[in-house]
Amino acid sequence: MPDTDQHLAQEPLRVSILAQGGTLIASIHTALDDSQLVRFQRDLMDQIGRRRARGVIVDVAALDVIDSFATHTLRSLGAAARLRGARTVVVGIRPSVALAMVTWGLTLEPVHTALDLEEGIALLEAALDHA
Amino acid sequence: MSAGGWEGVATNGSPEQGEGGEEQGGRTALLSELVSHLRDKRTQLREQWARRIGDAHLLSAMTEQEIFTEATSVYDNYVGVLETGSVQELQQYARDLSERIIPRGVETHEVVGIVLLLRDVLARSLFEKYRDDFELLDRVLDAYEPAANRIANTVAVSFVEERERVIRQQQDSLRELSTPVLQVRERLLILPIIGVLDTQRAQQLTDQLLRGIRTHRAKVVVIDITGVPDVDETVADHLVRTVDASRLMGAGVIITGLSSEIAQTLVAIGADLGKMNTVGDLQGGIEEAERTLGFTVTRTADAGH
Repeated sequence: MPDTDQHLAQEPLRVSILAQGGTLIASIHTALDDSQLVRFQRDLMDQIGRRRARGVIVDVAALDVIDSFATHTLRSLGAAARLRGARTVVVGIRPSVALAMVTWGLTLEPVHTALDLEEGIALLEAALDHA
Repeated sequence: MSAGGWEGVATNGSPEQGEGGEEQGGRTALLSELVSHLRDKRTQLREQWARRIGDAHLLSAMTEQEIFTEATSVYDNYVGVLETGSVQELQQYARDLSERIIPRGVETHEVVGIVLLLRDVLARSLFEKYRDDFELLDRVLDAYEPAANRIANTVAVSFVEERERVIRQQQDSLRELSTPVLQVRERLLILPIIGVLDTQRAQQLTDQLLRGIRTHRAKVVVIDITGVPDVDETVADHLVRTVDASRLMGAGVIITGLSSEIAQTLVAIGADLGKMNTVGDLQGGIEEAERTLGFTVTRTADAGH
C-alpha cells in the first residue's frame, strides 16, 4: 500500500484500491459515512494521477444502502476522473439498492454502471478501444 | 392459554381453592348432565337445527343431504367440546369444513349463522328441560353459555383464517404467474407484462427483473407491454424507473408493444419517454437486442422444405 493510504489503514480496511494495468479497482468493503466518502474520493483521484490510470472501477457490491450523498460522490468522482483522462464504471449494485435508488430518484448518470467486476472491465476495455 | 380454557380459571386463585373447586365441581357435573341430555335428544335437536338452517336460507350453495351430514358432524363436535372443554378437535374440523365449503362460495355470515342457530336451538332445549327450576336453569346456562360462545368463536375464527389463507395463497400464485422473466438468448431476457400495472405490481416486477438480471447476467432486457390495457402517465413513470434500475445493474432495456393509440396518448400527455429505447413489436425488440449483443440469426437454405 502506498503511504498516502495510511489514514485509511489505521482503522479496519474499508476501501481497497488496486492497480491492474491501466485500471484502478476500488472496492468498498463496508458502509462509509460522509467524511469517509470524501476521503475515499480524494485518495482515488490522487491515485489516478499517480498511476496514470485510464479506467476506474468502483465496486459497491458490499453496500446495502447507496444514499444521495454517496450517489453525489460517485457522480462527481466520475466527472473529476473524466477530467483527468479516466473513465469510471460503478459495478455490483444490488437489486434492492437499485430499486431503492430509483424510488428516491437517485441516478448515477453520466457514470456508467455494470453488473459486476468482470462486466465492468469488459465495458472499460470496449470504451478505451473506441477512444 | 390451554386448550381446556374455562377449567383453568378456577385453579388459578389458590385462596379460594376450596370454594372455587366446589363451584368447579358443580359446573363440571352440570356440564356432564347437559351433555348426556344433548346426546339423548340428538336426533330431534339436529333435525330442528337443520330445519332452522333451511328456514333462514343459509348454506344455499349446499344440498339438503350435505347440510344434514355436516350438521351431524358439527352437532357431535359441539357436544364433544362441551364434554371435554377442548376446542382442538373442533378447530381441526372447522378448518377442514372451511376448506371444503369455501370453494363452493359459502360466506362467513352463513357459517357464523348456523353455529349461532345451533347455540340457540340447544339453549331452548335446556330452557324447556329446566324451566320448572329457575335457579338450576340459571346455573346450567352459566355453565353452557361461555362454552357455547367459545365454540361459536372458534368456528368463526377458523373459517376466517382458512379464508384468509386461501386468499393469500391465490395472491401469491397470481403474483408469480404475472411476472415471468424469461431468457431467450444468452444475456437476453424478455419480460412480457400482462394486466394492469399498478404501483405495487410495478415494484415487485422490477424487483423480480433485477434479480433475473443478476442470475442470468443479462445485458439486454426486452419488456413487452402489449398486454397492459391502460398505459398512462403513472405506468410510463413506473417503466422509466424500471429502465433506470436495470441500467444501474448494467443492463439496457428495450420497450416493445406500444400500440399506436398508446403512443399518441403518451405524446399527448407529455410523458417523458425520451430516455427509453422503444421498438414497435416484440420481434423487432428481440432483433434489436440481438444486434446489440452481436448475435446474427440466419435462415439455413434448406429450411422450409
